Amino acid sequence: MLAATLTLALIGLTLGLMLSLAHRRWPPNESELVQAIDARLPQTQCAQCGYPGCLPYARAIANGEAINKCPPGGDETINALARLLGREALPLDGSLKPAPNQVAVIDESRCIGCARCLPACPVDAIVGAPRQMHTVIEAQCTGCELCLPPCPVDCIELVPTTQLSEAWTWPKP
Amino acid sequence: MLDLLLLLIGAILINNFVLVQFLGLCPFTGVSRSFENAVAMSTATAFVLTLAAAVSHVLYHAVLVPLDLAYLRIIAFIVVIAALVQLTELYVRATSPVLYQALGIYLPLITTNCAVLGLALLALNLELSFVATLVYACGAALGFSLVLALFAALREQLVEERLPRAFRGAPITLITAGLMSLGFMGFQGMGG
Repeated sequence: MLAATLTLALIGLTLGLMLSLAHRRWPPNESELVQAIDARLPQTQCAQCGYPGCLPYARAIANGEAINKCPPGGDETINALARLLGREALPLDGSLKPAPNQVAVIDESRCIGCARCLPACPVDAIVGAPRQMHTVIEAQCTGCELCLPPCPVDCIELVPTTQLSEAWTWPKP
Repeated sequence: MLDLLLLLIGAILINNFVLVQFLGLCPFTGVSRSFENAVAMSTATAFVLTLAAAVSHVLYHAVLVPLDLAYLRIIAFIVVIAALVQLTELYVRATSPVLYQALGIYLPLITTNCAVLGLALLALNLELSFVATLVYACGAALGFSLVLALFAALREQLVEERLPRAFRGAPITLITAGLMSLGFMGFQGMGG
């Protein structure tokens, strides 16, 4: 009994020490470069760059991916990344839509309160609960359009943002 | 030499761990939805399988048998497997963050893959030498990878098929696995 306990304890101790040494030998390689790139991305998690979020895109940039794939960040982000990495500042990738100066607005008379748009929103800008009407917090919305596909009654529309004076346009007749 | 070759082929085809001995069915059905994930998962599992069998063999013959503690083998092997999986995870995360991303949750899940423990125990039951254990483990790993890749490829095709509603999803997956299992049992005639 004693021998069994001691042996198991020793096995556990040895393996534990080995793991702890391995952890010191190979620390998680979330390199500072990735963190610096991630800090310059807008954190909208909109996935328009083709990666599931800003951190995966930051990792991809660290491995040589192009820096001009972030529509919400626009030229500002591209310039910041170009300065950080010493690469050339390119215009936004042609296949992507330029920075959307728009916000989502829910037509509250048509909203059925299904709450399907809530999990789709990457920045939690939609307020609401099942069977209650939802609405969008304008200041948080990044205009990424990810809430449009899940809406079963198509009651979400994108309107040009009214927050920036240069982006204001006359409403369509 | 011929023995080892027979042991290798036997572990790959005739006594295939998944389809004949029915071990490691959770990753077999869980990770076979896309071919890429299946290949990544089988690479990681193959690594852990081989290493775990070797370490378990040494632990059993160098520590447990001399101390007359052979009855502790299951719990000791589980501890060893868990530590090896952790070690693999640490190493992959440090050296290749991209591969770590691709494997995701499946890496820690290898701990609960019964094929790993099953292999260590079966190798003991067969009373294999150290080299033979390694060969047997390689065969098991290759067999697991082969079957997982084949099954994932089949399932990717099945998504395209127009099936009766009653067969969609889990039923056709299990039927496919059953038919594959029947096919692999046919190899038993080869073993003689």
